[in-house]
Amino acid sequence: MACALTQPDLHDVGTDFSIDAFLEREREKDLLRFSTAGSVDDGKSTLIGRLLYDTQSVYDDQVLSIRGKGTAGPQLDFALLTDGLRAEREQGITIDVAYRYFSTPRRKFIIADTPGHEQYTRNMATGASTADAAIVLVDARKGVLPQSRRHAYIATLLGVRHIIVAVNKMDLVDYDAETFASIRSEFESFARYAAAESGHTPELHFIPVSALLGVNVVRVSDETPWYDGPALLELLESLPTTVGSEIAPFRLPIQHVIRPHQGFRGFAGQIASGTIRVGDPVTVLPSGRTSRVERIVTYDGDLDVAHAPLSVTLTLEDELDISRGDLLTLAGEETRVARRFAASLVWMDGRSLDASRRYLLKHTSQTVPAEVRLRHRVDLEQSIREPGRVLEMNTIGVAEIETRRPIALEQYRENRTLGAFVLIDAETNATAGAGMVREVLTDDASAVDARPVTALERATRWGHAGVVLRLKAPSSVANAFERALLKAGVFVVRPPDDDPTTPGVLAAAGALVLVAEEGGHSISLRIGSSRAESLIHGETTKAVASLLRLLRESNVLHHQERTR
Amino acid sequence: MLPTENGSTYSPPIPLSSLQRVSHLRLLEAESIHILREVASEFERPVMLYSIGKDSSVMLRLAQKAFFPGPIPFPLLHIDTGFKFQEMLAFRDAMARAVGAELLVWRNEPAIAAGTNPIVLDTKRCCGLLKTQALLDALKHYGFDAAFGGARRDEEKSRAKERIFSFRDGAGQWDPKNQRPELWNLYNSRVHPGESIRVFPLSNWTEMDVWQYIHEEEIPIVDLYFAKPRPMYVRGEALLPVEQAFVARLGEKPQMVRSRLRSLGCSPCTGAIRSDADTLPKIIGELLSFRSSERANRVIDHDQEGSMEIKKREGYF
Ligand SMILES: Nc1nc2c(ncn2[C@@H]2O[C@H](COP(=O)(O)OP(=O)(O)O)[C@@H](O)[C@H]2O)c(=O)[nH]1
Ligand SMILES: [Mg+2]
Repeated sequence: MACALTQPDLHDVGTDFSIDAFLEREREKDLLRFSTAGSVDDGKSTLIGRLLYDTQSVYDDQVLSIRGKGTAGPQLDFALLTDGLRAEREQGITIDVAYRYFSTPRRKFIIADTPGHEQYTRNMATGASTADAAIVLVDARKGVLPQSRRHAYIATLLGVRHIIVAVNKMDLVDYDAETFASIRSEFESFARYAAAESGHTPELHFIPVSALLGVNVVRVSDETPWYDGPALLELLESLPTTVGSEIAPFRLPIQHVIRPHQGFRGFAGQIASGTIRVGDPVTVLPSGRTSRVERIVTYDGDLDVAHAPLSVTLTLEDELDISRGDLLTLAGEETRVARRFAASLVWMDGRSLDASRRYLLKHTSQTVPAEVRLRHRVDLEQSIREPGRVLEMNTIGVAEIETRRPIALEQYRENRTLGAFVLIDAETNATAGAGMVREVLTDDASAVDARPVTALERATRWGHAGVVLRLKAPSSVANAFERALLKAGVFVVRPPDDDPTTPGVLAAAGALVLVAEEGGHSISLRIGSSRAESLIHGETTKAVASLLRLLRESNVLHHQERTR
Repeated sequence: MLPTENGSTYSPPIPLSSLQRVSHLRLLEAESIHILREVASEFERPVMLYSIGKDSSVMLRLAQKAFFPGPIPFPLLHIDTGFKFQEMLAFRDAMARAVGAELLVWRNEPAIAAGTNPIVLDTKRCCGLLKTQALLDALKHYGFDAAFGGARRDEEKSRAKERIFSFRDGAGQWDPKNQRPELWNLYNSRVHPGESIRVFPLSNWTEMDVWQYIHEEEIPIVDLYFAKPRPMYVRGEALLPVEQAFVARLGEKPQMVRSRLRSLGCSPCTGAIRSDADTLPKIIGELLSFRSSERANRVIDHDQEGSMEIKKREGYF
């Protein structure tokens, strides 16, 4: 390579190199996919560039094309190796995922280098959805930022098995062990919350690195004598890949029916999990019909046994009506078939999630119309659930989904293929949301649910939390205001007497309590315990509109109430 | 084989060691076949761009595998610039016959008749007319709503940004700053009339993967990839194949050079390399020793920084 490297060549093509031995070793190699995550400028692209460079995975012409450019001063700006769009190089940021490939003598890797900006969160989710591991970069000087939390949460939700927290730019904090330890403990406490909220528990790994200088990236460095773990690459080489799902129950979503002539009907698909053998009894879902595997057909000859993740074609002993979108399982190991389920959603479209819109839900190889009702949103800043019916772009929540037709599905945590779906906006065709099944619900809407109603459910139902409003206004304005609230679907009550305790009790129970007092000509409103009183002017219609706007602006009403 | 007796649903546990590691090539193959089948099922009128090179050869084999024992359920389309090597065209026709696929060939005849070439025009405008324009015209003429291409993400920086299902607007253009999110293997194939999707089943394959797969699967490829003495114009380090008369400089005489092509394109813009690699293992061995990327031998990407991205935005593959 044109540039002096401190590392020995990993692909030594010396004199005693044997191509046959090389090919033999290559056949043994497996594949690990990982993605980067973290806030802008934490060093994601630099780290990937460094990994590629130090494993001799970049060609001279690619190095030459970035020399003397970028933002790393006299150092090579490694980020330029992955920031492949002009807009990215001009702005010095990553906009969309870049996929890069490298291999070591141990295994092959696919990297998804993702953007850090909040507005591009969906591209980060794209990169993480297929990853076995995610490297969350944290700038040692800045600590765990909101974007680090958001990305770590999304990676957790997406079921990424390993989260590697790379505390970067250690060179700028003198490789201080304390800094590393405190970031580690802060991250661990967030990870506990993320695991509880998402229902997934990834394995955590922490490594202090300097991406720019290559410290602990390919090899453990002397700069951090207090760190006794592996270098990043050593860790990546030793993580188990998700392939290994062949001992899970057999699942084959049918993608395509192959009928070259009358005598052959093959059901083609990629095995999502498990193993299948000729002669195995199988069930077709959702129909529930059963048969046995007659042949496992491939271009390279029939197989006796096949397992995930191979793409195969099966023929069955009986003539069953099977089409694209059906699921084949082993008899006795069927999945649930349902129309209703609860799912985590990551919203990715500029048009917010709106329960009144029609969405197409794509799940395995089928697309069905679906209704989506939000249960709650997840506020990662405060680590809380909040009520609401809307999900804006890049926000996360939990929703109830009802599909037009029943589908065979599983919880995402049990099966990444059978628990995943995307929502497509039926009007714009945009890929609007990514969903992960949390819980399959009973289809019978009249089934008894004996769980107590929570405050959150109440707030979600009414579109607001309980609060006392003290209005000073002519009675005509008070009446019109109450009527407008009622019309908007608000749970509004107006206690008859001026009883000092009733309003508080009702508000605590979730009502919007209107306490009105004759105010002559002036109109003012006090919301809850806030000291501030807003003065309002104008005739009745205008005054009511202003009052409603005030409620929305102060987040008493969630704005979707307008359209109810 | 382990037969199941008397209807028992019990599958005896398989020793993990025998299954656990799925080689990367099997994994890539399974993923690509999944993509091919999705497209065949979800689109009205898909087509496979067939460029005759090594990547197309792999893609074609994967299509045979995906629909076996049935035929490939879509036509192949070759965009012929008029500057392809003669060996390539002969190989193309033989290959289409051998796999039993319908082959369509499209040429931008007005531009070819007008004498368009990379020397009278610059390479950028030549490509624009003979490749991009021809491609867009062909897709429109036949009304294709999905087109497979053999491009790989490891080829070039802007390709590394491409989705597997890459949305194109009514004019066939790519908007890299506003791509559809693409999670798991759930591809959004919904388009409005006039819009289309470019599909890249080999997205995750590297140059090395492609060669290893060709070797393992014994996939036929054009002889130009193998080293042998060939007439070349020698210009310093560069070797230019003797195919088109206009390439020669005044008084320039070709020499026989033991050489081969690392990637196939139009003859005036594809440089050969000196090489002794006349077998697949030798080609793979040589690949390990390369210090520059495969596109370094192509004239077209070097015109300016980001030229591939610009071409792709305009509708190029
Ligand atoms: N000193 C120092 N600077 C770094 C390190 N890693 C990245 N940088 C710099 O931080 C800036 C942002 O890096 P980049 O990789 O683009 O961040 P990204 O937005 O997370 O991809 C660049 O100027 C890098 O050169 C590091 O380990 N040490
Ligand atoms: Mg970046």
